[in-house]
Amino acid sequence: MMDNKISIEAAGKTFGDGVSNIVALQDVSLTIAGNEFVTFVGASGCGKSTLLRCIGGLETLSSGDIKVDGRSVNGPGVDRAMVFQHYSLYPWLTVMDNIKFSRLLQINREDITSADVEAASGRADALLDLMGLTHVSDAYPNQLSGGMQQRVAIARALLPRPQILLMDEPFGALDAQTREVMHDLILHVSKLEKTTIVFVTHDVEEAIYLGQRVVVMAPRPGRVDSIYPVKLPAQRDQDMKLAPEFMQQKREILARIRETAGMRTDRDLLERMTRQAETEQQNDMQ
Amino acid sequence: MSSKQQPNLPLHRQILAGWRSIWVVRGHLSRRAYLLFALAGMLLPLAAWWWLSGSGLMDKVFMPGPMDVLSRVYTWFKSDNLLHDMWISTYRVVAGFALSAVLAIPLGLMIGSYRPVQALLEPLTDFIRYMPAVAFIPLVMLWVGIDESSKIAIIFIGTFFQMVLMVAEDVRRVPITQIEAAQTMGATRSEIVSLVIVPSAKPALLDTLRITMGWAWTYLVVAELVAANSGLGYSILKAQRFMQTDKIFAGIILIGLIGLTIDQLFRWLHRKSFPWLYKK
Repeated sequence: MMDNKISIEAAGKTFGDGVSNIVALQDVSLTIAGNEFVTFVGASGCGKSTLLRCIGGLETLSSGDIKVDGRSVNGPGVDRAMVFQHYSLYPWLTVMDNIKFSRLLQINREDITSADVEAASGRADALLDLMGLTHVSDAYPNQLSGGMQQRVAIARALLPRPQILLMDEPFGALDAQTREVMHDLILHVSKLEKTTIVFVTHDVEEAIYLGQRVVVMAPRPGRVDSIYPVKLPAQRDQDMKLAPEFMQQKREILARIRETAGMRTDRDLLERMTRQAETEQQNDMQ
Repeated sequence: MSSKQQPNLPLHRQILAGWRSIWVVRGHLSRRAYLLFALAGMLLPLAAWWWLSGSGLMDKVFMPGPMDVLSRVYTWFKSDNLLHDMWISTYRVVAGFALSAVLAIPLGLMIGSYRPVQALLEPLTDFIRYMPAVAFIPLVMLWVGIDESSKIAIIFIGTFFQMVLMVAEDVRRVPITQIEAAQTMGATRSEIVSLVIVPSAKPALLDTLRITMGWAWTYLVVAELVAANSGLGYSILKAQRFMQTDKIFAGIILIGLIGLTIDQLFRWLHRKSFPWLYKK
């Protein structure tokens, strides 16, 4: 039952009006198990965010299918929570009210008993505590740092106990130190809440540190290029980033991304420019 | 900054450094300096006016002095029912403005939220808003008559179409991630509008109301062209006939002062209603 929480079957997505089209996803097939932590990396334009948004139901596929628990995704649903890079919090609500936002919605108000309400209150407090936000529960989002704001966004997403957490470069705007703290926090959440996490990033180190598998996507058209099972113990700690296996895998994945993007390495570019300068010099002398 | 690092600079150098520091692009200005500049901006024109009218360079008929205007305000108040003129004009402007807001806010919300409504109404609104409100006077007299409602109608015509478009723009400026976050939490369409779009756009909406209130006042004189026998705009028009330039000055300045008061009220309301915007 734990297997195939999410199955992506020959998913395709084309943006455009028929005249000028962009193939954002082409024939993407992949399965993600329950409570798995899968990270997606790739050069810009590889469709990793589009794929995430299709799983979340914010975009519809042009072809193929995405199934969650065997049912086709048809729009957003409370089983799939999403955390965005930024600007998703409600600045007019306090931290606590942001976290409890989903409780205002009709979908969570039907047939509920006072015991449910109490349980939900307890959950909000527990999440506040888990995210280290208790002391700012009455503050407004714009009074918080970027890292704290993302903690609120994660707590808000977790409140209704989603089975899947979709994260779209959630730490992309944070500084390196804050990001490391958030990494350990989200790993802790994954273990504690047994949530399946699909995590999109442009940071390969982050992808390896967090993921059980790293999916490399390639651009034009957006597709899955390769999948790297991460060779680290289940219990991660920051020192592992210095281990030779970690560095080796990071080098491998970075090289693969560069290849898929058809990018020249800095050395290629330097050589080419040097050659060009030399020919120009010779021409001048003649 | 530089003056703080070098406290031993002679006074004139310190002043120079301070003067330079306030002219940094998008720089900082202390509250005291701000008030000083604001006061200068108000008092300098007043002083220039005072000097010009007292210098004898211009005829009193063309340029009455501040004291002439002040004494005109006093006689207007004493024997010409100034308070009634102020009241009736404010009533007309506020009524026309309120009517326009009551219709423009829901309509703008629809245009900004739903693309078909936008396609249906926005080009039409763009078309109508270029039509001069003055030109509608004969039609308004035919359709609405010549009582109070005709003045309110003119103010409405002048304000409404601009307001709809500005409200729609405020609504469109709500960050899409705020909306998508609600969608992923299971919000319905009406919940997205009532729980996300409206509260998110509210501060911008109040600013739109503040700005369009100013426009509503600029239509006052036009509105009081229509068979009025009281009001500040009407008094200005009547004073024109008798060459009472001091009364024209008085009317214009009074409109400006009422407008300034209402503007400050809106700003105060903004600070009271949206404390989260002002907490840092």
